[in-house]
Amino acid sequence: MNFRRLFLILTPYTWLLVFFLVPFAIVFKIALSDYAISIPPYTPQLDLSAGWEGVKSFFGELDFENFTFLASDALYYSAYLSSLKIAAIATLITLLVGYPVAYGMAQSSDEWRPTLMMLVILPFWTSFLIRVYAWIGILSNEGFLNQALMGIGLIDSPLTILNTNIAVYVGIVYTYLPFMVLPIYSALEKLDGSLIEAAEDLGCSRAQAFWLVTIPLSKPGIIAGCFLVFIPALGEFVIPSLLGGSSTLMIGKVLFEEFFSNRDWPVASAVAVVLLLILIIPIILFQRNEQKQREAGL
Amino acid sequence: MAQPANRPVFAPWTDPNEKPLIQFKNVTKKFGEFTAIDDMTLNIYRKEFFALLGPSGCGKTTLMRMLAGFETPTKGTILLDGVDLAPIPPNKRATNMMFQSYALFPHLSVWDNIAFGLKRSDMPKEKIPARVEEMLRLVRLEKFAKRKPHQISGGQRQRVALARSLAKAPKLLLLDEPLGALDKKLRQDTQFELMDIQEKTGTTFVIVTHDQEEAMTVASRVAVMDHGKMIQVDTPDRIYETPNSVYVADFIGDVNIIEGTASAKGDGKVSIAWAEGQPEISATLANGVALGTKVHFAIRPEKVAISSDRPEGKANVIEGTVHDIAYLGNISTYKVEVAGGRMIKAQVANDRRIARRDISWDDKVWLSFTDTAGVVLLN
Ligand SMILES: Nc1ncnc2c1ncn2[C@@H]1O[C@H](COP(=O)(O)OP(=O)(O)OP(=O)(O)O)[C@@H](O)[C@H]1O
Ligand SMILES: [Mg+2]
Repeated sequence: MNFRRLFLILTPYTWLLVFFLVPFAIVFKIALSDYAISIPPYTPQLDLSAGWEGVKSFFGELDFENFTFLASDALYYSAYLSSLKIAAIATLITLLVGYPVAYGMAQSSDEWRPTLMMLVILPFWTSFLIRVYAWIGILSNEGFLNQALMGIGLIDSPLTILNTNIAVYVGIVYTYLPFMVLPIYSALEKLDGSLIEAAEDLGCSRAQAFWLVTIPLSKPGIIAGCFLVFIPALGEFVIPSLLGGSSTLMIGKVLFEEFFSNRDWPVASAVAVVLLLILIIPIILFQRNEQKQREAGL
Repeated sequence: MAQPANRPVFAPWTDPNEKPLIQFKNVTKKFGEFTAIDDMTLNIYRKEFFALLGPSGCGKTTLMRMLAGFETPTKGTILLDGVDLAPIPPNKRATNMMFQSYALFPHLSVWDNIAFGLKRSDMPKEKIPARVEEMLRLVRLEKFAKRKPHQISGGQRQRVALARSLAKAPKLLLLDEPLGALDKKLRQDTQFELMDIQEKTGTTFVIVTHDQEEAMTVASRVAVMDHGKMIQVDTPDRIYETPNSVYVADFIGDVNIIEGTASAKGDGKVSIAWAEGQPEISATLANGVALGTKVHFAIRPEKVAISSDRPEGKANVIEGTVHDIAYLGNISTYKVEVAGGRMIKAQVANDRRIARRDISWDDKVWLSFTDTAGVVLLN
């Protein structure tokens, strides 16, 4: 095997090892440790000066206590469940908003497409945090939205949107919309217009042709977009903590509190490990989808 | 040209009482500034097998797309059965089109592609499988029913597209180069199959082809197009025997074109001076011609005889030397250099073995043809 090939193969694996597997191993190790009032706040710490005995006692002290604790406390269980629910609903809304946007982009004339694409990715030029803060200004009781609605006389008293789950949905849909639009757009853009014509020629109405040809052929884009929204939304912390209320239960918030408020690193790590395990399933499904798409040559 | 007297001649276009199925009335189609179809008036009759022939980009596909409903004429009207097509959407037209690019649905199997149109029709559900199987048999793809379009060959894809468009047995079938990717044997079989279907169902076919032989074999009439205009619309034999222009003569088959100056000789004969010191070509032209008119004389190679001795009693005899011989199996084409360096091709059936033939390279030969063998073209 020549050096070049070896290099090409080793690069991604090295990347994976250094930036994913090693950090994960560290987090996993902390999850197996116990809380302690020390710096860092857990025991045991690996003490290599004690030699082989040190290593042995180190491993002897690791246990799954924190995981059994997670299972015993209903808070964690309901936080995971509520996160799954919020992420799933938000993904669905993002799809319903994103698909027409992507479709419109794919239908627009060639000279407009780069501009529209630009507009979709434009928000990334501003800090994510600032954009979420901006939503507070829009959604709060004295915010722009309520002022506008009262201004045109649609409502008499301000709607409470901020600090509710609705605000969380708004935040997630807004933040992750480009991740939905772009893969769907790229699937729709590749779609050969003569297929729609063929469907119409064979007796389909516009709507039928859309349902029978456009939707199935953009399915890989839909699936990719849904995972790209669902996966990060599940562990989302910033949006629920800034826009959500005290009743908004999401695992990202729980994790943050364990880590920073309680300084219980081991439990926080256990929460993170379980979150990752939950995410592995959709991630594998996502990879499968990409693989299938490549094989079909679409 | 002369049909056997006992067989009824299929020539609805000669019957003034016959109503055309399709009427193009001064149809113009523009893409921006570009004129793809230029003021076209054309009638196509029921049960016709109408072949469109023409160079790439001359507007054949555009013509079909207007019939299928994907393009609207910029000017003029298209009538189907006397009804203006303009307001009728593609899915409501009694036409099916086979796309030049096939346009097979990549997410559906061969079977489902063929069944697609049937499922949208009023055919009872339980009859669909039988019809699909029938179509699969027709295009010999029974074994590939379960495959997806990307899992079959180019020629097989073309056959799926053909089967899909045939399945609904529409009133009007538009085939955009339906057989281009097939090998010769399969193409001929499918041609006969198409003619058979046509005879059985009475469907009207409009077919685009780049293969003149195909047009000659299947078509009731052939239309030769150029730059969005119909140059000649006629039966295959008349297109071949009596082209109305140099363009058509040159486009269909092999032809010798000789430029010259004509002078009328009375009783429908003209004499064409084509080279200094050479006997003038004697030809027929019904309407006569003014003295000194520039004309083109077109004659098919197979109508030119070649011999090593000067033939007697022929209207036209030209002397030359053999420049090249192309052996094509059943026929041979001799390229003969005549006065002024001009080349004239003569085609001879090979009814003798090569070794026994007496004409060879650089031989002095005589070309001869009758005065009705070629046509005099004024444009
Ligand atoms: N949508 C369009 N926009 C602009 N020009 C077009 C469009 N469709 C076709 N044309 C032009 O109209 C002309 C006729 O096109 P058409 O597809 O009918 O050609 P064709 O005779 O089918 O050629 P081919 O034998 O190569 O298929 C071409 O010059 C083509 O570039
Ligand atoms: Mg074409």
